[in-house]
Amino acid sequence: MYVAVKGGERAIENAHAWLAEERRGNTDIAELSIAQIREQLSLAVNRVMAEGSLYDPDLAALAIKQARGDLIEAIFLIRAYRTTLPRFGASEPIDTGIMACDRRISATFKDLPGGQVLGPTFDYTHRLLDFKLAADGEVPKAPSRDAETGTVPHVTEFLNREGLIEEAPYDDAPPPDLTREPLEMPSTRALRLQALTRADEGFTLGLAYSTQRGYGRNHAFVGELRIGSVPVEIDIPELGFPVEIGEVILTECETVNQFTGSKTEPPQFTRGYGLVFGQTERKAISMALVDRALRWEELGEDNVGAPAQDAEFVLYHADNIQATGFLEHIKLPHYVDFQSELELVRKLRREAGAQQLQEAAE
Amino acid sequence: MTEYNFAYLDEQTKRMIRRAILKGLAIPGYQVPFASREMPMPYGWGTGGVQVSAAVLTPSDTFKVIDQGADDTTNAVSIRTFFQRTAGVATTTATSDATVIQTRHRIPEEPLHEGQILVYQVPIPEPLRFLEPRESETRKMHSLEEYGLMHVKLYEDIIRHGHIATSYAYPVKVEGRYVMDPSPIPKFDNPKLRDMAAIQLFGAGREQRIYALPPYTQVVSLDFEDHPFEASKADHPCGMCGATDSYLDELIIDDIGGRMFVCSDTDYCEVRQAAGHKGKDAA
Amino acid sequence: MTPLLSVQGITKRYGPHIGCADVSFDLYPGEVMGIVGESGSGKSTLLNCMAGHLTPDAGQVVFDTRTDGPRDTITMSEPERRMLGRTDWAFVHQHARDGLRMGVSAGGNVGERLMAVGERHYGDIRDKATDWLGRVEIDASRVDDRPTTFSGGMQQRLQIARNLVTGPRLVFMDEPTGGLDVSVQARLLDLLRGLVRDMGLSAIIVTHDLAVVRLLADRLMVMKLGRVVEAGLTDQVLDDPQHAYSQLLVSSVLQV
Repeated sequence: MYVAVKGGERAIENAHAWLAEERRGNTDIAELSIAQIREQLSLAVNRVMAEGSLYDPDLAALAIKQARGDLIEAIFLIRAYRTTLPRFGASEPIDTGIMACDRRISATFKDLPGGQVLGPTFDYTHRLLDFKLAADGEVPKAPSRDAETGTVPHVTEFLNREGLIEEAPYDDAPPPDLTREPLEMPSTRALRLQALTRADEGFTLGLAYSTQRGYGRNHAFVGELRIGSVPVEIDIPELGFPVEIGEVILTECETVNQFTGSKTEPPQFTRGYGLVFGQTERKAISMALVDRALRWEELGEDNVGAPAQDAEFVLYHADNIQATGFLEHIKLPHYVDFQSELELVRKLRREAGAQQLQEAAE
Repeated sequence: MTEYNFAYLDEQTKRMIRRAILKGLAIPGYQVPFASREMPMPYGWGTGGVQVSAAVLTPSDTFKVIDQGADDTTNAVSIRTFFQRTAGVATTTATSDATVIQTRHRIPEEPLHEGQILVYQVPIPEPLRFLEPRESETRKMHSLEEYGLMHVKLYEDIIRHGHIATSYAYPVKVEGRYVMDPSPIPKFDNPKLRDMAAIQLFGAGREQRIYALPPYTQVVSLDFEDHPFEASKADHPCGMCGATDSYLDELIIDDIGGRMFVCSDTDYCEVRQAAGHKGKDAA
Repeated sequence: MTPLLSVQGITKRYGPHIGCADVSFDLYPGEVMGIVGESGSGKSTLLNCMAGHLTPDAGQVVFDTRTDGPRDTITMSEPERRMLGRTDWAFVHQHARDGLRMGVSAGGNVGERLMAVGERHYGDIRDKATDWLGRVEIDASRVDDRPTTFSGGMQQRLQIARNLVTGPRLVFMDEPTGGLDVSVQARLLDLLRGLVRDMGLSAIIVTHDLAVVRLLADRLMVMKLGRVVEAGLTDQVLDDPQHAYSQLLVSSVLQV
């Protein structure tokens, strides 16, 4: 006996209650605080800020807690929160030249003004599980020295002085805003960079890796990678001058890429650029490689049909919130569509069967 | 949820969406790009429909949500609850009482009347998408009315299957101009699109498109003269209310292949049962 | 008599490099113009400029349209030009793959232009497609097969059928026999000659193969480094070339 399915509402409520319980886990274990997540899972927090497009470590930590550590879910929470926030204004362009660097390395020059600063990196650690952490995570204080003051020049500026690298033309036009305007093709570089900075880390990494393996190869060197804090200034119309409202930590990557030159232009290096919230260097390097690959047309290169060269492909598939939503929507009921397919397939099979019978009879 | 504006979205955003809707109504079937916002539900789960509903709802509206024709499927419940919470509007399951109906995959069986708005959730708004993956190219095809390829697809269906093998999201031509995806409704519902008294709005959140059919718009399902469009459904009456004119869901009722067919439109079925109609499987 | 196509001063540069420079000629209805030259002579650039695939830096391409008489197709709006592209104009690519939909049946390939201009009767479209397959010597039983299952020569003939089905008034051909075996080339040329004669087609054929123009073209232009160095009746140019470069071209083919 069929009874029309009712009670969806109660099922949902119960599911939510169970979810909350699972999130908390065993109550004999102390609950995680937001501060603990912010301080001890800071790279997760950074990724959520970067892909959530909202610089707020506490909210990102909250989102991670609420999402049970599912970072894409946490990014989703941040995005949905961010979209309702009123906008008071836009900051002045930040100047990464005055960044207070925690880390600053160049793969193209052994030494350079400002020096190589390794900073807190995993790079030269041996990836051995540290069982001491299982018992006690306390560590001795790291040695320190006074921070360098003053500006740290960009590596690409040295090359530019000799004309060895393409000019990055100064552009005063306000960039398009991906979160307020629909994405339209063909895209400008500013729009592509905006999409890439909030793009899924895994997707960007995969694309960047594919360019290294020959799918749109552009032979990148990390000219410079720097991580540190920069001041953010906002122009208050009543005051008539910009005021510093805080600092953000950023990762910036500038790649130096090969370019053979053309009949009119002598050989020059070209640039790829990555800039991401927080300490997120894998993402920033990936972004720079993909940015460079997407510039094939402007630089007069061949389109070899590589995925990383295809702006529509990259931009329409890089957003993990769009992707995960659409992917997971196939869990939703599709009874109606499936029913119409069922009927069509039955009809076609019936006709095919009748035809075979007729042929057999003839 | 007092910290959120009426119907969740801020007024600026709603104005932007309303502008897109008005443009869509002025150019029936044309896909208007709009700056879709992240909503608190996932993309692909009705964010386009929800944004359109949020932009058209007023405090005096009565809101109905159906998914697969039913008011009580989980996603319909979730969206209805969302607007109860954020807009405090009255909700209903009765098609005739609703002023705004948000739907996924169905058009209600009961004819809609003037003053009602039907809001569709659209996953892929571009009818040419599976023939041409490039957005820049499909937009050009629309603007130049280059729709030959659409018929090539139907032609290929016929040589392969003897029929046009599209059973839902069946493409239509609007007012002799734009080819439009009616969202994944079964083709059984296609004839209802035409000359409908209600306003029909289509929202695709992830794909950032809104399009619309004003009341009494001419909508034609694409076909060939010698292979005309046919609205089809399971050839049974509803097991519960006995209706022979409604779209049916097929249910598997035991493990020996027993089946029954019931109206996918739960409100339609209940109204008929209340009026004394009885199908063969009704208690 | 109004020329069907009047090309005036077409110039296309790629940076400092000249694609083609200051090319002018008239094509009258029913005429076939051959454009010959080595690779890099600018003949393909010229063809693509005339067909609207490239925008020239200077010059006019005036086509005698059915409705409005002579119109410059370069300044025409894109919708108008694309409309021409699927009605009165046809373009046969050197590689059939560029001009066919490889995932669509042979019948669908031929039928596409018919459907693009509004034909809506499946049976008629299919009959016309089948008829055209016959005219390009493809067996009617292959109408539902995809071009991926066809040989190179068959693909090229299918491309020709797909282009001619709507009765275009002007056909652009880019090395139509290039990339095919010699025996297949001969059959294709024979077929093209028949079609050109029977349908009274006007055509512009770009090729490096003098045998192709000898057989198909009424008139000939010889291009070198982007410029026309000699033009005239095909037989005249081939039998009595005046320009040193034409002489070289003709003698080289004779030696083959």
